[in-house]
Amino acid sequence: MENNIVLEARSICKSFHDPVKIDVLKDVSFKLSRGEYASIIGRSGSGKSTLLYILSTMDTDYTGELFIDNVSIRNKSEKELAAIRNEKIGFVFQFHYLLNEFTALKNVMLPGFKLNKLSEAELEHNAYEFLKDLGIEKLAHKMAYQLSGGEKQRVAIARAMINDPLIIMCDEPTGNLDSKNADIVFNIFKELTETFNKTLLVVTHDLDFAHKTERIIELDDGRIVGD
Amino acid sequence: MKVKHITEIAIALMLARWKQTLVAAIGVTFSIAFFISLLGFMEGLNELLDGMVLNRTPHVRLYNDILPSKLQPIDLSKEYKNHHNFISSVKPTNTRKEIYNAQQIINQLNKDERVIGVAPKITAQVFYNLGNIDLNGIINGVDTEKEAKLFSFSDYVIDGDYKELKIIPNSIILGKGAADIMMAKIGDIITVTSTEGEQFSLKVIGFFQSGIADIDKVQSYASLSTTQKILGENSNYISDIQIKLKDIDQAPALAREYGNFFKIDAEDIQTANAQFETGSSVRSIISYAVGITLLIVSGFGIYNILNMLIYEKMDTIAILKATGFAGADVKKIFITISMSIGIAGALAGLLFGFLLSLIIDAIPFHTSSLPTVTTYPINYGIQYYSIAAIFALATTYLAGWLPARKASKVDPVLIIRGK
Repeated sequence: MENNIVLEARSICKSFHDPVKIDVLKDVSFKLSRGEYASIIGRSGSGKSTLLYILSTMDTDYTGELFIDNVSIRNKSEKELAAIRNEKIGFVFQFHYLLNEFTALKNVMLPGFKLNKLSEAELEHNAYEFLKDLGIEKLAHKMAYQLSGGEKQRVAIARAMINDPLIIMCDEPTGNLDSKNADIVFNIFKELTETFNKTLLVVTHDLDFAHKTERIIELDDGRIVGD
Repeated sequence: MKVKHITEIAIALMLARWKQTLVAAIGVTFSIAFFISLLGFMEGLNELLDGMVLNRTPHVRLYNDILPSKLQPIDLSKEYKNHHNFISSVKPTNTRKEIYNAQQIINQLNKDERVIGVAPKITAQVFYNLGNIDLNGIINGVDTEKEAKLFSFSDYVIDGDYKELKIIPNSIILGKGAADIMMAKIGDIITVTSTEGEQFSLKVIGFFQSGIADIDKVQSYASLSTTQKILGENSNYISDIQIKLKDIDQAPALAREYGNFFKIDAEDIQTANAQFETGSSVRSIISYAVGITLLIVSGFGIYNILNMLIYEKMDTIAILKATGFAGADVKKIFITISMSIGIAGALAGLLFGFLLSLIIDAIPFHTSSLPTVTTYPINYGIQYYSIAAIFALATTYLAGWLPARKASKVDPVLIIRGK
């Protein structure tokens, strides 16, 4: 079932050289299949965020091989990487990172503008549908800064979904939320994997959250210690 | 990525910092407005000053110069053909000042494609008789219509109607300086004596002011026939032919051509008034330098504000990049911001520059030497507007390009990690 692999990391190593050489990631290898709901856990400084940035193609300073949708992303230009991020990866960050200058709806639509496959009307319709699925369609025309933390996070999830990506990556998606909102987010993710057959990769130090996922990848000191 | 969406993001970022954006745009507006009005004003002054002389000066003047003959009798001698000779104190012979076949020359010139018009002229030395005192004077006999059409004669007639010169026989338009000395009013009869000793009574029908006091004290205007009468010459007598050309720069070449063709002395305007060109171009260079400095300074304003905007909007840039916007897209967004500031500022600047020019144009400015000028001169040449617009767009593009490049290189990982 090779075709079902959406993301594959082959012996990824990364070091920081400032001020002295520190190996952050040592020989990290794993595969993610379509529809998987995986979490990466580890102590602070275990390299889990660093790994996520590498997997997301934003950080290109590493050794090893990374395949997304069975395509190696080595030797891709900055522009091609941006296009991969745009089309195949959805992002949810710890801090909600919405653009305060736009409404919730526009925030969701922005990656769609870049992809430029759908007309603006279709895009708006899709964005509205996602917001509806997440139960916040009433907030569609509010400016981003007027929303609460949980609402922002849900808008960010809708934004991650808009281009129908293969994989959604989340960096501490519940780190800033109370347990009630964290539960809501968890359930949304679960629904995404079950209903939409999306692959989810969540970096978290929230063990309760992680234990509810299907697969836990544990990082310690830059190595995978448990899978 | 559609232009529309790039613009949409750019507009949202600008609105987030609309005060600074407005200040940057106002900077461009001011620099363009001042560039336009400064250069327009300077060029207006240049034209005014040049016009005092250049407008009234024929581009090419045909006349018979009083010069000793180039061919002295000894040159004709076969015996001394191979010798050098030196003759001191050579005097000119009694050359006729009259241009031979003047009417044919004028007809010929009128057919020339390169010529706008031709005006004949006669100058007569006279004395204005003022009781016991005789004042030196020169009466220019002119064809009033042609003189008005080609050399803005009518602009300098400050009193009376210049057209009457042709209608009323024995009439004269006195120089303002001369008239003041003679205390002559319109309708008075003055007496002049020609160099031949004959006296004439002339009716004053107007006053003439050139702006150059020495000229106004001496020169007066009369019709061709009146002047011919004073000189005691027949009606074919013409001493000068004044030519106005379509292209003033051709004057030296054409002067040479006409001089050879008509076997006559020809003088071009560049030789006669070389210093005016120099003054004008130096003034223009100075005003361009000042104007372009203004535009560059406004470019720095845009540069600063964009830099600030980029620091403030690091998060936005990072998130755009994380969600798949390439560096080139981010660059486009910031260039769009800069160009919008530039274009909006430039359009407003063109308008304000025009209004400022109108205001300067309305400020009263009276000077006795320039009777036709009542307000400050302004040139509304389209070239200043286009130079200002092009230069403003170029500076704003450059001012936007550097910060935009910086924004395109923002590393989203650094920003997102930094939180």
